[in-house]
Amino acid sequence: MRKFIVRRSIYMVVVVFAATALVFGLSRATGDPRDVLLDEYTTLEQYEAWGEKLGLNKPLVVQYGIWVGNAARGDFGQSLGHRTNSLDVILTRIPATLQLTAGSFVFAFIVGVPLGVLSAVRRGSALDYGGRSFALFGQALPPFWLGIMLILIFAVRLGWLPPFGRGGIEHYVLPSVTLGWLAASGFLRLMRSAMLEVLDSEFVKFARAKGVNAQRIIWKHALRNAMLAPLTYAGLLLAGLITGAVVTETVFAWPGVGRLAVQSVYANDFPVMTGVVMMSTVVYVVLNFIVDIAYAYLDPRIRFY
Amino acid sequence: MTAIQESGSYELGAQRTGTLAASWRFMRRWPVIPGVILVVLVVCAVFAPLLTTHNHEWGDLRAINTPPAWLEGGTMKYWLGTDDLGRDILTRIIFGARISLQIAAIVLVFGAVGGAVIGLVAGYFAGQVDELLMRLVDLSLAIPFILVALAVLIVFGQSLEVIIVLLIMFSWGGFARQVRAETLSLRTLDYIALAKVAGAGPLLILSKHILPGVINTIIVIATLQVGGLILTESILSYLGVGIPPPTPAWGVMVADGRDYLDTAWWIALFPGLAIFLTVLAFNFLGDWFRDRFDPRLRQLSN
Repeated sequence: MRKFIVRRSIYMVVVVFAATALVFGLSRATGDPRDVLLDEYTTLEQYEAWGEKLGLNKPLVVQYGIWVGNAARGDFGQSLGHRTNSLDVILTRIPATLQLTAGSFVFAFIVGVPLGVLSAVRRGSALDYGGRSFALFGQALPPFWLGIMLILIFAVRLGWLPPFGRGGIEHYVLPSVTLGWLAASGFLRLMRSAMLEVLDSEFVKFARAKGVNAQRIIWKHALRNAMLAPLTYAGLLLAGLITGAVVTETVFAWPGVGRLAVQSVYANDFPVMTGVVMMSTVVYVVLNFIVDIAYAYLDPRIRFY
Repeated sequence: MTAIQESGSYELGAQRTGTLAASWRFMRRWPVIPGVILVVLVVCAVFAPLLTTHNHEWGDLRAINTPPAWLEGGTMKYWLGTDDLGRDILTRIIFGARISLQIAAIVLVFGAVGGAVIGLVAGYFAGQVDELLMRLVDLSLAIPFILVALAVLIVFGQSLEVIIVLLIMFSWGGFARQVRAETLSLRTLDYIALAKVAGAGPLLILSKHILPGVINTIIVIATLQVGGLILTESILSYLGVGIPPPTPAWGVMVADGRDYLDTAWWIALFPGLAIFLTVLAFNFLGDWFRDRFDPRLRQLSN
């Protein structure tokens, strides 16, 4: 187990470094930063002085080292659009994204888990059929289109909910459903197959034979044992939600990190994009790490390699 | 023996008779509906210019936001209505099928060939080569794709070529991983050892003796990937960093309709429906292929 954790930790660091190399390579592919910073009235001396200041006259490897050092301290460079450190720009956007992610997670859990359980319990019924169709549709629905259709129905036609922006609790409903839809269908499928397996096990049959109340068997005995798969999947889902937030935030004009990323593409604001990619890679990798460890811990049957 | 046959035919629904039951059985056995959707799609993609009478990039500005034909104000000239620039939506959807399928096909050819070659090499030579290549696969799957794609698009600008290269990066890992796993088990078989004794080199063994054994897997993975590729492409297009306008990509069309939801909802509705049905059909077909040709892959999508 310890060897497994050490191996996974090393791997985690390697992935993050690979990401820094990728981003640094891309940042140099954009060309000389001086071309963006300086105008045509700059003298050659000033040009050289800026090169000195930015470290552009050093070998590429040294530049990379400096860049990684700065990035580790949270300095991804000045945002071209916002004229402040890009990390500050990103940090102000994080709460909105976290709230949205939490909302969608709640939706996915509330819808996915009970439906998955009921699908398994009433296997082959209309409910099961409906549940599985929902799961199949969830994977094929383009998230942006789902969001727009929800806006069309609930905001434009019915006028029940606001179409975009962040504000009171009613602003959270449509974006959370949009972002959580895929996760809900994932929960449903996993819950269904895990429950089917558990319901077929000896201890459930024993409890039935003993005369335990059917509802109690389902929601207490079986559910508790079937929860393992979706719970470990939850971490992975969370990482997926962070990426999915890019789309949802764009559709609903939600002032989060995902929208910032898309806006920085439009504004050619590479330092901000750098920060977003690096931070989300770290979050992604760390969450995967936690999931792997939790999985290995909770289910001793999995192989450590 | 008879008992087994009886129970077998019972499960197939032999008790029900008539054409209705027969067609139901047929639909359960063969992917009829996804098949029909895909045939329509391919016909649209191949014969797009023959099927349409309107221009797919230029519209009639006197006819902007015309509703679909069955609504008040709609005309038979524009079956599904027009968008904010007066372009016929049905025409653009038909041409959009062309773009989507073209991209998916190109990406899959490169992704499958590249991934399969890497998987074959890793699996056959095993050891350190394998370790290195598989860590590369892990890496490619460990970085949040959409965000990296956005970063790349800032640097290189948006174009069809960049999108295709990005999607290939997204696609090859799945092929490499699975082909490698199968190659690892195939290479230990006797007939491979025999080929080696007979003096066959690695190139010959891989191409003549191992590739035929993994080709089923490659086809199944390719089918399973199409839906995801089309969806990812449409997401990038929707975000405005994918296929540049005025090319009629479905994702771009939905984005065009975003601002006209209260007056012209059809602009966003129909292209999105096209994406949804296409991805659904491909996912269905992929599952069916997998169950039929390669049941061992079941764990892949679960």
